[in-house]
Amino acid sequence: MKNQSNKTRNTNLTKLINQPYKYGFSTAIEKDIIKKGLDESIIHIISEKKKEPPFMLEFRLKAYKKWKHMTYPKWAELKFPKINYQDIIYYSSPKYKKKLNNLDEVDPELLKTFEKLGISLTEQKKLTNVAVDAVFDSVSIATTFREELAEVGVIFCSISEAIQKYPNLIEKYLGSVVPIGDNFFSALNSAVFSDGSFCYIPKGVKCPLELSTYFRINDQKSGQFERTLIIAEDDSTVSYLEGCTAPQYDDNQLHAAVVELVALNNANIKYSTVQNWYTGDENGKGGIYNFVTKRGLCLGENSKISWTQVETGSAITWKYPSCILTGSKSKGEFYSVALTNNYQQADTGSKMIHIGQNTSSQIISKGISAGNSKNSYRGLVNIGSKAFGARNYSQCDSLLIGRCSNANTFPIINIQNSTAKIEHEASTSRIGEEQIFYFLQRGISLENTISLIINGFCQDVFTELPLEFASEAERLLSLKLEGTVG
Amino acid sequence: MNSNIPILKITDLNASINDTEILKDLNLEIHQGQIHAIMGPNGSGKSTFSKVVAGHPSYEVNGGDILFQGTSIIDLEPDERAHLGIFLAFQYPIEVPGVSNEDFLRFAYNAKLQSQNKEEIDPIGFLMIINEKLKIVEMNPSFLSRNVNEGFSGGEKKRNEILQMALLDAKLSILDETDSGLDIDALRIISNGINKIMTKDKAIILITHYKRLLDYVKPDFIHVMQNGKIIKTGDANLADELETKGYEWLQN
Repeated sequence: MKNQSNKTRNTNLTKLINQPYKYGFSTAIEKDIIKKGLDESIIHIISEKKKEPPFMLEFRLKAYKKWKHMTYPKWAELKFPKINYQDIIYYSSPKYKKKLNNLDEVDPELLKTFEKLGISLTEQKKLTNVAVDAVFDSVSIATTFREELAEVGVIFCSISEAIQKYPNLIEKYLGSVVPIGDNFFSALNSAVFSDGSFCYIPKGVKCPLELSTYFRINDQKSGQFERTLIIAEDDSTVSYLEGCTAPQYDDNQLHAAVVELVALNNANIKYSTVQNWYTGDENGKGGIYNFVTKRGLCLGENSKISWTQVETGSAITWKYPSCILTGSKSKGEFYSVALTNNYQQADTGSKMIHIGQNTSSQIISKGISAGNSKNSYRGLVNIGSKAFGARNYSQCDSLLIGRCSNANTFPIINIQNSTAKIEHEASTSRIGEEQIFYFLQRGISLENTISLIINGFCQDVFTELPLEFASEAERLLSLKLEGTVG
Repeated sequence: MNSNIPILKITDLNASINDTEILKDLNLEIHQGQIHAIMGPNGSGKSTFSKVVAGHPSYEVNGGDILFQGTSIIDLEPDERAHLGIFLAFQYPIEVPGVSNEDFLRFAYNAKLQSQNKEEIDPIGFLMIINEKLKIVEMNPSFLSRNVNEGFSGGEKKRNEILQMALLDAKLSILDETDSGLDIDALRIISNGINKIMTKDKAIILITHYKRLLDYVKPDFIHVMQNGKIIKTGDANLADELETKGYEWLQN
């Protein structure tokens, strides 16, 4: 009799906790892999394999030289063993026999992989209203709806293709928002990036489809270094989604991406991410190291860049999507839900750099930490001396689940102009045993309890996500949190 | 339902929290149509009793049994017990930021419907039902859009508990110090609410320190609890006696 009711409860909880990672499978496919390690010859090989114009090789070599003299940033609240950069494969691509002209020539194994991930690339089953660029390890596999987009003048293709076809745009904008030597990981990315997406929205065009890139790391030893560049010309609008998953391996894979956005006069860019890289197992073994530099430049007057992210995956997340508000009356937004469980560590937040007059920004950050995880918000609001009439509103809320999780907030506000209006709010709360018991006593199941509380907590951010992603994000969070409370 | 089977029958119940024994060989039998009051000094185990019946995970049952309508419930989860028809009005109702009272109430109501294999109700249909129930506790519909208990006054929280009791229409309701911290008007409203909800096929347990609630809601039995067991049982008059003589009178 003793302990009996507790025992039943515990087995139920354990069952719930061990929700397997749905995307943990890997694809057996013939690959074109170069040898491990990084030196100048590797960069020559990458550039050669991608048939790049000389300016790109120069760009890469310059970045590599800077990177060699840099050290990784140590200020983040993250603990991980030193990464051996010579033990990483910097280029891995599914083997093609010839250049691909259409989807029929894509390896069926690859199509099947994306199908399994819920991303259909084939003509019949394409997602409606979403154009997808699928990136597998180092290369872009396919981009859907290209003709439809071309009709209105929108360019949406892999960055490798853009480098060959639109070298002028690339030369002008690549590295213009995140300079080559900006930080350790962006320098590394600039040296070795293998693929990613490129979007160009011409003047006056409102992009008729959601643009989306789906990143998949498959290889166990290769890093993924993708590069995304989005340019929105005057009076244009675009909404872009990014999704990612990776197989389940016992060792860690490195993912170091760079995303650059440029918004010209009255342009509007909305960039949404649902990040679901493999997190590692319940003991903290394996998982993706995610070191990402995302930055948007509101160059034009009255331009707007909005970042929305739902971060649920990765063993380590180091990511601060930022806006540089140069154009007068430009606007930057950052909406974030970061969830950590087990031994995940996240150090994430945003930077809003106000340079132009009457610029405004908003930061809404929701951190949820469960298990033994560590979740830190790190933010910077910088008001330059010429940014008259700048405004910022920041709100950082943390929700703790269980007794061993950890939440930190490091907001920095730097004001050099006395006309600025800055508001900052922060809160920390805990989903406690008593809250859960209250819901259960009213007959509400544990699953519904968690999802009600979490969705309530994240509502301000979820409403910013494109419709197709909002319900996906809600479902993802509930799934990841099942059984974390007891 | 055979009316001879008690709604609640507790036999030799022993329960502890963090290895501290609180309930010691507790016995209690409650039949439908009855209102029982449990009184007793602070720390006598009254709140523990209510939580153990509802299945709070912090408490461990070390012996004895709890039968609800003839079936043992000690291996059931709190939500399963709720579905059977056990309701607990909390002494300190919990605040839940970010969750609207309306969603909370609708989820609870639908969970009950689902457990009875009935079709769930949509938000509009639910509003009609809840608006009727609001009248029972004289609550303003604006409470529905506020977050669960967040920023509610003490009296509003307790009224919200009785609203839930009315909505879920449980077989057995345990009211843990629902009367404490209430002013005279709120006490009257809540007592009227309880009397309206009570029917002859249900049962209520009132846990209270004060006789004044029992003036409004007439109990059939009063039990005095001390050191985790019931040391005296009497009729409604026992409350008067306790009020004049205090609990110490029983110790001799």
